[in-house]
Amino acid sequence: MSLFRFKGFPGTGSFRHGIHPPDNKALSYESKVEVMDTPETVTLPLLQNLGVPCKPIVKSGQTVRYGELIGVGEAFVSAALHSPIAGKVKKMKVVTLPNGKRLTAISIHAEGEQIPPEKLWEEMTSKDWPRDCISIYDPLTIVKIIHDSGIVGLGGAAFPTHVKVTPNDTRMIDTLMINGCECEPYLTCDYRLMKEASRSIVTGALLTGRAVSAKEIVICVEDNKPEAITKLREATEQTVIKIAVLKTKYPQGSEKQLVQAVLGLEIPLGGLPSDVGVAMSNVGTVAAVARGVIKESPLTHRVISISGKGIKTPKNLFVPIGISMGEVINFCGGITQDAARIIAGGPMMGFSFSDLTAPVTKGTSGITVLTHDEISNEQETSCVRCGRCVDACPMNLVPTRLALAARYNNPSIASQYHINACFECGCCTYVCPAKINLVQLIRTGKRLVAAWENR
Amino acid sequence: MSDTMKNSDPKDPTETAGLHVAPSPHIKNTGTDTQRMMIDVMIALLPIVLMSVYLFRLYAVKQLFICVIACLASEFLFVWMRGKAITLSDCSAAVTGIILALSLPGSAPWFVGVLASIVGIGIGKIIFGGLGMNIFNPAMVGRAFVMIAFAQLMGAGSYENMTGLVDAVSGATPLSALKFNGLTMDIAPLFWGKTNGSLGETSTAACLLGGLFLVIRKTASWQIPLSILLTVSVIAGITDITGSYSGVFLVHHLFGGALMFGAFFIATDPVTSPLTAKGKWYFGLGTGILIMVIRLFSGYPEGVMFAVLMMNAVTPLINRWTSPQPMGEA
Ligand code: SF4
Ligand code: SF4
Repeated sequence: MSLFRFKGFPGTGSFRHGIHPPDNKALSYESKVEVMDTPETVTLPLLQNLGVPCKPIVKSGQTVRYGELIGVGEAFVSAALHSPIAGKVKKMKVVTLPNGKRLTAISIHAEGEQIPPEKLWEEMTSKDWPRDCISIYDPLTIVKIIHDSGIVGLGGAAFPTHVKVTPNDTRMIDTLMINGCECEPYLTCDYRLMKEASRSIVTGALLTGRAVSAKEIVICVEDNKPEAITKLREATEQTVIKIAVLKTKYPQGSEKQLVQAVLGLEIPLGGLPSDVGVAMSNVGTVAAVARGVIKESPLTHRVISISGKGIKTPKNLFVPIGISMGEVINFCGGITQDAARIIAGGPMMGFSFSDLTAPVTKGTSGITVLTHDEISNEQETSCVRCGRCVDACPMNLVPTRLALAARYNNPSIASQYHINACFECGCCTYVCPAKINLVQLIRTGKRLVAAWENR
Repeated sequence: MSDTMKNSDPKDPTETAGLHVAPSPHIKNTGTDTQRMMIDVMIALLPIVLMSVYLFRLYAVKQLFICVIACLASEFLFVWMRGKAITLSDCSAAVTGIILALSLPGSAPWFVGVLASIVGIGIGKIIFGGLGMNIFNPAMVGRAFVMIAFAQLMGAGSYENMTGLVDAVSGATPLSALKFNGLTMDIAPLFWGKTNGSLGETSTAACLLGGLFLVIRKTASWQIPLSILLTVSVIAGITDITGSYSGVFLVHHLFGGALMFGAFFIATDPVTSPLTAKGKWYFGLGTGILIMVIRLFSGYPEGVMFAVLMMNAVTPLINRWTSPQPMGEA
């Protein structure tokens, strides 16, 4: 760690505060991406991203081809939806996602000839993704294809990508940052994608960079992924893309922290990266952009990692969106005897869930299954005002004060101490010796503040 | 187990599978908890306890025994009276007891220790709402009470009347001797602790050993002891030079009183010191200045206790002044 040098960028390669949880990535680090067979049914919620749901355009009983548009994103902040399999549309149903949202979903029963998913994955990993004739694509065309392909952020937040890349006269983009930090413990899907499909990422990065007219494109990777860095270095040779190797620290992959680490800029409170001339996309997202633009195929599949000590054989999988969590878990041998908690995403910010029929959505980066030993159910004691939460908070907040304000029903203090700047990374709860679930209290506090402001 | 039992809805599939849901984050640092922090403090206090027992023999054993028992009993009693869950297992009352005993003169009679414990735990801590809610360091509240109530038994004289003690440690404390009689000592006994004083404060070596352990374990902040020691060094250093003491004054003020014990074990109490690193620097600076002001200008030879109590009182203000700027706040 002490040999860490960060050169070529204005930032320091790291950000203030943060934590070093055991990353446990070794469990699935070396597992090559496996392709799952086409499932019998897929369930596609009409809302898989931030924003408003898409409008279904298929009827029950209708047959659909692979990649056929089944929902249109009419509103600006919405995304199109495509069928990841060929089959027959069944009746709409309501599903509960791990984050607790109940949503209407289109379900499709597989029927007829399927495109083998192996072919799609081979496409992704092939060596002949173009790097030099990017300028034949008009920026606005790229934006339109991104919109039509239903691409959203695959890193977890699932913000519709076209919204970020639509040119905006008031906010020029200088730098496109491609986020390959993957700072959540356990998850390795981005790592595998960077290692196995680096060429598609590079093409996607160039296309996205062209869409936003970025002067610079930087792919950001933490220094615990040396093999991904090597692959990306090879793939970006003779391109304008730079690679930023960052210090491994949680939450390095968070937007504001990454911008600070690489560019030394602070995104204003409540602001977006575009406020400092930055657009940011996840590595998976830009790979999807490459597929959309070059292969004209919409977002129908993604890489997810299934890991944790509670999973029999941790794997990285290439799966159709809409496959059920249960099927994916069974494919990995199921859960072990001492499994205690199933989480959509990673252990720091993921949602634990119990309904295994819930579908994998566009924003699902993985499933983590923790064992009884790992989850802490220690008794909460009083805050001893040790200040460790303050020293851990990457947003430089005072978590203990926010949590107490929430507990004692005091929204004015909570908002005075900027409760809404908290992005629920979990660092404060992780370090608290009194085992207070500060994040949970802060979530309550945010609701109190919202109600109080709307009085 | 307790988490699983909360899911008592029989239709909940999580129950049958032995799974349960909970809000993120799902992992926590397993290395620390409140009890572990208190145990760290006790480990750090061990060299000082041993040194005090070596120097003051039965006086030290008796005082430690009385204070720890009295603190535990007071905690039990007061918490029970308030109808709250018993909190002895967090070990904080035991730590208060040890620190209180070590800050008393060995000659103080048994009721002094008992009363200091009752006042420290009862008024200093439980009335505010228990561990984490108190504004003042409980051990110092107790000590301040007996110091005022039994001025005779606690004043400078109490140290000199300890007949039957080891020869080396009878007589006035180094700071009293210096202040009132202009007598000085060599640096070696000051550093190792073969001098008179409150039970735990005489040995600089033992305090440094335990204090460094706490700092390395990150159980105590390093900013507070460092800034106190720096401030005291500067003020005592200037006084030394202007008064041409050729170093004797500085050495006495650094090693001869309760400074080391106070800087590492009393001022660093997380509950009663500021939250942020910056706040901790200010806290240390203020404590250091107050210690020297009391030592130089008041009738007392020692000022650590009152300095810490006064700084405890302004800690909420320091917290407000040094509240960190959120990232991105212009
Ligand atoms: S880390 Fe926990 S105990 Fe320490 S100040 Fe924050 S909330 Fe209180
Ligand atoms: S969850 Fe919020 S308050 Fe806690 S460390 Fe993260 S940003 Fe700070």
